[in-house]
Amino acid sequence: MIANYGFKDGSDDWYVVIDTDKCNGCGKCLEVCPVKILEVGPDEIDIFRGEPVAFVKHEERNKVRYRCAPCRPGYGDEPAPCVRVCKPKAISHSDGWRVLYGRNSGRGFKG
Amino acid sequence: MIVAGIDVGGKNVHIVIKKDGQILGIVAGPTGIKKADAVEQLYNEVLKKAGIARKDVERVVATGSAAKRVAFANGSISDAAADARGINKLIPSARTVIDVGAEEARAIKVGADGKVLDFAINEKCAAGTGTFVEAMARALEVSVDEMSKITLQSTQTLSTNAQCAVFGESEVVSLIHQKTPKPDIARAVMNAIAGRIASVARIVGLDKDVAMVGGLARNAGFVDSLKKSIEMNVLVPEDPDYVGALGAAEAALAGVMTEEVKLPGHKPRLPGKEILL
Amino acid sequence: MAAEVKTQEFWEWPETNWVNPDIDWKKGKVITAGVDVGSVSTQAVVMVDGEFYAYGNTRTGSDSPNSARKGMDFALEKNDLKIDNIDYCIGTGYGRVNVPMAQHSITEISCHARGANFMYGPDVRTVMDMGGQDCKAINVDDRGKVLNFMMNDKCAAGTGRGMEVFADLIRVPVWEIGTRSFKIQKEPPMISSTCVVFAKSEVVGLLETGMPENDIMAAYCSAMAHRIMELLNRLGVKEKFVITGGIAKNEGVVKRLEKELGIKTADRVWNKKEYVDRGYPFDTQLAGAIGAALLGNALLKMGKAKSARKA
Repeated sequence: MIANYGFKDGSDDWYVVIDTDKCNGCGKCLEVCPVKILEVGPDEIDIFRGEPVAFVKHEERNKVRYRCAPCRPGYGDEPAPCVRVCKPKAISHSDGWRVLYGRNSGRGFKG
Repeated sequence: MIVAGIDVGGKNVHIVIKKDGQILGIVAGPTGIKKADAVEQLYNEVLKKAGIARKDVERVVATGSAAKRVAFANGSISDAAADARGINKLIPSARTVIDVGAEEARAIKVGADGKVLDFAINEKCAAGTGTFVEAMARALEVSVDEMSKITLQSTQTLSTNAQCAVFGESEVVSLIHQKTPKPDIARAVMNAIAGRIASVARIVGLDKDVAMVGGLARNAGFVDSLKKSIEMNVLVPEDPDYVGALGAAEAALAGVMTEEVKLPGHKPRLPGKEILL
Repeated sequence: MAAEVKTQEFWEWPETNWVNPDIDWKKGKVITAGVDVGSVSTQAVVMVDGEFYAYGNTRTGSDSPNSARKGMDFALEKNDLKIDNIDYCIGTGYGRVNVPMAQHSITEISCHARGANFMYGPDVRTVMDMGGQDCKAINVDDRGKVLNFMMNDKCAAGTGRGMEVFADLIRVPVWEIGTRSFKIQKEPPMISSTCVVFAKSEVVGLLETGMPENDIMAAYCSAMAHRIMELLNRLGVKEKFVITGGIAKNEGVVKRLEKELGIKTADRVWNKKEYVDRGYPFDTQLAGAIGAALLGNALLKMGKAKSARKA
């Protein structure tokens, strides 16, 4: 199951994406997360799944945009810490942060 | 040489007329729906105040989200470039500039020469802008100025959950029903938006000195919350909402009619979304 | 037999309840209930041996536990079933932790998936639910299991609240907006602001330029449909595509969304033929509570839960 934790607001999509079929509940992601928004526990969505799985804490889901911003997910070559440590490549981010940078206003040359 | 810097924002137009090192006149007014008309009217007003004729102005540089509405501009530069140039004039020690307007917020990393080194933006969402503060002030049934004052009188810390101006309004209303003192609600609201702005600023890195510009910089309550959030001092120049227009005027003086900022070493973003500063 | 309308207020959907005349609950083996406490409305559903028995659809008050009780009482109003006769009750929705009569709570994602599967059939693949303060998009398999989901309850623009704010601004009841948005000459461009607060200013501007109200409604519905389309395209929409929640009742948004996606939403009729033949009411807002009751049934069957029936 692909779980998208976060939201879509006026400017973009801001989701932490966890593929629970790949996630093995190892918990390395939550160790390295500087803002501590991740948790490992029973799967709340697939209630019949036995093993624990990683997810974003409930109270953080609406703040994902602001929490993840300092890690600059998707910027340049450097992956966010949680993405870097995940062996099964279960965790990733949506594109929102990648286009945070740069918005042109008032450009134009007049002779 | 006499120049004009015109910043057409989502809510207000700011204009600065300069003659070399001296400011001849400034004016601000609502952008309204007929933006070009507002620009025209305010421009005439400030020229009259400064006692100069239209033809005396050699160069006009526009900036702001609706810069295109300045039909008579000789050039335009982006908001980030305008802010950087403006702050370089007013607070040359600033290395991080936080600009919060009515509809957009941005954080800019500035070099010693006033060049933009990096920036991040918050747009299209009222929760990270001055509009959020206005909406919460309405819900509190106070003016924005009053809300700023009572923020500083708060005695207890609350946290709020809503990250949206619309849901935030409901949250404020229910806090009022629970008889929460207004100063504490005001402080909680300021803390919430300050936290969001701070996280945008952290994207570019918070390097001393941190300066704040834009309309919300006039809000002492907000600036106080921001200082606490980033745990650093925040310098606010006089007339902070004019910094963009001032920067545009400085660009005009320097003969820079467009400012295209390419940041070296930066990897390309998503194809199709490559935007110039 | 049609559901009875209890009360009607200006900006709100009517409260309704119903009991299945063809089922005698005393003859049933397993009775489960689901209570979906949303931020705006609360639904309580009772299933007897996996069949749709009773429901109550009420407005959520300021107090979640009371809302749950009110919803359940309303569902049981016209029959002699009591809470003590229920084997298992599951709470779901925004206020799921505050459902006093529930033995367990399950997220609305899982419940909606299961509920849509029951209501519309095992061929459902994408469910989009927009409630008062949230919006969720779910891809499901033929058993109603979640394959993929995304949810938003942060931003008002993609929720029922976004429509309510607009209704308030132009002073038109929420349930009239859909039909009126089609009483226009030509489809206008959509509202460009993606934020409800900025959209309000834009609407005020349009009103000042003299744009007819119906056209403005069309522009707003169009913008909302476009937003939902973007959300769904991120998820990947597959037919059979189903919309649940209050928004399903807004034709202005639904029709425009279908056009943008190039996919028609499923007809709002029960999958079970006998339900259709017997005229059982079909309320799109019940998906969560129905799913909750069915998941309760599943947990009991699998031995993962014990009956809490007291009488």
